[in-house]
Amino acid sequence: MRALVAAATCLVLLAACEREQRRFAEVAPSAGRPDMVRLSPLTPGGAAPAASPRGPYGENAWAVSEGKRLFQAYNCNGCHANGGGGMGPPLMDAKWLYGSEPENVYATIVEGRPNGMPAFGGKIPDQQLWELVAYVRSMSGLLRADVRPSRDDHMQVMESEQARRPQPPTSATPPGAEPRR
Amino acid sequence: MLVAFSLAGCSGLPVLDGGGAAGDRIAGHWRLHLWIALVVLIGVVVFLLDAMRRRATGAAGVLRPDAASERRLTVGVSVAVGLTAVALLVLLVASVATGRSLGILGAETPAVTIEITGRQWWWDVTYWDPVPAHQMRTANEIHIPVGQTVLVKLASPDVIHSFWVPALNGKQDLIPSRKNTIAIKADRAGTFAGQCAEYCGLQHAHMRLLIVAEPPEAFQAWLQAQRQPATPPASALAQRGHDVFVGGSCVLCHAIVGTEAAARTGPDLTHLASRAMLAAGTLPNTPGHLAGWIVDPQSVKPGTRMPANSLGADDLQALLAYLGGLR
Repeated sequence: MRALVAAATCLVLLAACEREQRRFAEVAPSAGRPDMVRLSPLTPGGAAPAASPRGPYGENAWAVSEGKRLFQAYNCNGCHANGGGGMGPPLMDAKWLYGSEPENVYATIVEGRPNGMPAFGGKIPDQQLWELVAYVRSMSGLLRADVRPSRDDHMQVMESEQARRPQPPTSATPPGAEPRR
Repeated sequence: MLVAFSLAGCSGLPVLDGGGAAGDRIAGHWRLHLWIALVVLIGVVVFLLDAMRRRATGAAGVLRPDAASERRLTVGVSVAVGLTAVALLVLLVASVATGRSLGILGAETPAVTIEITGRQWWWDVTYWDPVPAHQMRTANEIHIPVGQTVLVKLASPDVIHSFWVPALNGKQDLIPSRKNTIAIKADRAGTFAGQCAEYCGLQHAHMRLLIVAEPPEAFQAWLQAQRQPATPPASALAQRGHDVFVGGSCVLCHAIVGTEAAARTGPDLTHLASRAMLAAGTLPNTPGHLAGWIVDPQSVKPGTRMPANSLGADDLQALLAYLGGLR
């Protein structure tokens, strides 16, 4: 009986391992969904069912940590400075100029945005784009705490993503789009 | 046991073929240990078998005092203890002597200084020069002049690696936020294989390097050639390959000196075609292997930082033509 309980416990523990599942190369998650961000609310027929609320890698701790590595490798840090913001807007706060949903963040990286955000479409492979999306969303605590990175490869200058208090997203006005007075 | 021993030869990394004084010294030291240990092993086994063969004399549990055999036993044990002490002393003296002789190499003034950064899972190599414009960056293939001391400065930005070229010297770890050095010197020309010797993640086994020792004149010629910017594309096809490179995703990680590509995340490809191997000693550098590596690196080295690239056939051929011209 005791052995049975032990085996069952091990199985239950294994079920949690998907959080660490490592998929090195897979078909681009967005391959079948070219219409990620819609500019019009009108669609022929019914609306497509909503995409997964956390994006393809929003539940995968390994993919999020890969996103964190890529955030440095592709020099996102150069403007966003570990999420604190510098030349670019901060990413660890509650304000989202162009939307906080995974599709919005994806579109922002791929299309670029006015006032300095370069368009990375065609430069970063799709899988890595989604890993970056997951990491960017983890910075303000939009992912589960056990998925968010808990450490830094360099000297930690601020609390880890995991330790941060989740910040419910609020929309903000893009710079230059304020109503004229 | 025999199978396990024969498997040890499968690595393709000759550990006991010295290519320099330090490598010879380490190989000799290893052989000394082997022979002494072998003699000790044989002696122990012989006495053990002898003891098993003998029958017990007298009633069980009762030892009769016998002055003659007592004396024999005392002499035998004393001789055995003495021999053990001598063997240990010989090994100790030899170890200290070997360590000192390896240290001498590090004290010599180096003719060439190389900075090696171990990354998951390749070697980022910079040839240091007081003139910044003469500093040169390459990857995984290190040329050194025969008969001259080369100082290797080691660093790591991610995890602990270990630099090990058995023919030339022992191992030295690359530890994040710490500077380590090791000196190497080849006494004869040749190509010596090296390998990361500290488990560093998924592709640790495919983190190899090559040391090419050549006469000083040949080394200087190589260094001069490597300092030059990349060869401009020679044909329209190669020009298109260049455009694919700087216009696509390659440019985000790789550098080709003389073009817009200047990223330092991946290996420097300025003179890619002059190298013998691809992907840190994983594949021979042929157009076919290069194409396979670009399109599907994850099936060659699962987990490698190089992402899969879906290129059209035309673009891939153009890219291969361009990269093949980077001599």
